[in-house]
Amino acid sequence: MDHGKKKNAPLKKAGPLENKCTRRSFLKGVSIAAAAGSAGLVTGGCGSVASSEEAKLKWDEFFKKNYRLMTQEEKDATVARLEKLAKLRYGLDVQVSNQEPLDNVLYGYAFNITRCKGYMDCVEACVQENNLDRQSKTQYIRIFEMDSGQLDPTSGDGKYFHEVPVEDKFYMGVQCFHCENAPCIKACPTKATWQEPDGIVVVDYDWCIGCRYCMAACPYWGRRFNWGDPVVPKEEINTKQHYLGNRMRWKGVMEKCTFCVQRTRQGKLPACVDACPTGSRVFGNLLDPDSEIRFVLKNKKVFRFKEELNTDPKFWYFMD
Amino acid sequence: MTSNPKKGLIVFFSDCIRWSLSGGVVFYIYLAVLLALMGAGIYAYGHQFREGLIITGMSNIVSWGLYISNFTFFVGVAAAAVMLILPAYLYKDKDFHEVVIIGEGVAVGALVMCLLFITVDMGGPLKVWHMIPGIGLFNWPSSILTWDVLVLNGYLALNSLVPLYILYCNYHGRKPVGWKYMPFVFLSIFWAVSIHMVTAFLYQGLPARPFWNNPLLGPRFLASAFAAGPAVIMMVLIAIKESTKYPIDTTIFFKLKRIIVVAAVINLVMLFSEVFKEFYTFTHHSLSAQYLFFGLEGHDSLVPWIWTAIGLNILGTLLFAFAPTKSGSSYLMVAAVSLFTGIWIEKGFGLIIPGLVPSPMGEVVDYAPSSFEILITLGVLAAGMLVVTFLIKPALVILSRYKEGIKQPEADGL
Repeated sequence: MDHGKKKNAPLKKAGPLENKCTRRSFLKGVSIAAAAGSAGLVTGGCGSVASSEEAKLKWDEFFKKNYRLMTQEEKDATVARLEKLAKLRYGLDVQVSNQEPLDNVLYGYAFNITRCKGYMDCVEACVQENNLDRQSKTQYIRIFEMDSGQLDPTSGDGKYFHEVPVEDKFYMGVQCFHCENAPCIKACPTKATWQEPDGIVVVDYDWCIGCRYCMAACPYWGRRFNWGDPVVPKEEINTKQHYLGNRMRWKGVMEKCTFCVQRTRQGKLPACVDACPTGSRVFGNLLDPDSEIRFVLKNKKVFRFKEELNTDPKFWYFMD
Repeated sequence: MTSNPKKGLIVFFSDCIRWSLSGGVVFYIYLAVLLALMGAGIYAYGHQFREGLIITGMSNIVSWGLYISNFTFFVGVAAAAVMLILPAYLYKDKDFHEVVIIGEGVAVGALVMCLLFITVDMGGPLKVWHMIPGIGLFNWPSSILTWDVLVLNGYLALNSLVPLYILYCNYHGRKPVGWKYMPFVFLSIFWAVSIHMVTAFLYQGLPARPFWNNPLLGPRFLASAFAAGPAVIMMVLIAIKESTKYPIDTTIFFKLKRIIVVAAVINLVMLFSEVFKEFYTFTHHSLSAQYLFFGLEGHDSLVPWIWTAIGLNILGTLLFAFAPTKSGSSYLMVAAVSLFTGIWIEKGFGLIIPGLVPSPMGEVVDYAPSSFEILITLGVLAAGMLVVTFLIKPALVILSRYKEGIKQPEADGL
């Protein structure tokens, strides 16, 4: 590009940019912007100023540490960069949270197989909430239609496409079970996936090298890989994001259910629990003796999937 | 080594490059084919780098495919160099000593392929540094993958440096000093077993995958490697014997043949044991074997492959076992190629794909590599062959000069 020349002419048009970009990056970008012409500048936010700013941000992002080794300042800095990058890329004001786990909280989940009727509202809510790739139709939750006489979802039909409920069938939901003894965490060569103090198994998308060993290690098929760049229509992007949760992913990284960390750490329920029309999904704090999840564990007959593998999932099934 | 200032490392390497590139028309055609395949592979990889692994045939169910299959197999080929190293250095077997350098060259080439296969399989190849201790986080000893990184790179170092030292000494007409390299030879013998056991443990250690979670996997990896690896080395030896003047004694073929037969028979016994376990009492955990050998829920893309593999395995084993005493090069070549191909199919995608199908949720899908994936795989194979060629050619020149005595024209009086 033509640097230096014609610096004066488009300055007027570039003026309003100062609100959006920092002064330093603005000045750095002016010469590039000059050559790029004015049309893109006015309409497209930061326009070409973006290219150099974006490159700088991406450079800093590339060399950052594993999330768990960052100081609070570094966490705040990366979150600020990510928000800026989202602004440049999608023109959206996203909020990327780095909220820490709440004290004395250990999340647990229970699924009522008597009540679930297989409507799959949970799946839809999860896709919306967690910015899941619409192109490959990524879903964290699977619902299996089961014949009576079975309790093992692997024998069920996970691809049913008809009106529900069907007589003599029942339904079992499956997602990441946030195992206490998670084989995926053990497998990861770079410690890019771990269990948070509140029990949520998370992935540092920036640290994941995409070897997919965790995927092979998971006995519950709880992980999803981004084979290509995920696509979410701009108007459908959920802008309330968490660093370890539903922020935008890209090709070549692993992702999974995070119990909606962006919601649950603010005291809300995961999107799937909120969306369930039948009340089959129970979520809460295992350390709170008065929580609903504790009530279920105490008063219902519960069981867990593939318990013989000693993964100790924090996800129970029960019936009324 | 450094006592000879006139012929330092630079001259050594430039001589090696010169010898690597010298050859007749056939050799240049061979080189051109390898370079063309590598070019096609690089082109395809460029595409994969931009678009992501979506251009492969892999999916969330079959999440490892052709790359990891080939990686697994070539770890075995690399490990098999020990079958030459052990008798050559430990038992001072003269015949093996003549060709041990070729085995080491094949091992280095195989390791280069392994590391390239791992690299092209990664979703974020630019983030490999996340694994380097110090600047990254190395999940050792918990993750078996980190063990594999250590043993593969260590084995590559051992198998590059020991021959380099010996050749460098021979280049100067000197005899290598035993204590300087023998400890590393001993180390590399144990190391060879470890690279294959650790690679087996990658799979064997996953209770999520009953097809892999089987204590026989590691030992069987070794048995098949000690059959397929020497078969590859035999193929290379035959090629050298037919196309160069380097003397290769026929007794070496008989000795290699004996190793191959023993290993191949043990491999077949273990295969039979596995098949018995899977099908005598058919359980849920046998579904992968059912998928592999007979097809499951109408998906049977691996069935013709695995039966071809078993046929080739048995054919190759029988050809080696009942070889006439004066078996010619072409006979041995047929036997080696069939055994190699059989084990390549069986230990490659015959092992990896059924481990992933049915999925942990019981779903069955078929996997077929995309054309880009095949191009990248061919490119990696060509790169490995190029490495083997460029290692073995100068090595043979140096060795034959050394054997001719210390009367080589360039030798400056040692």
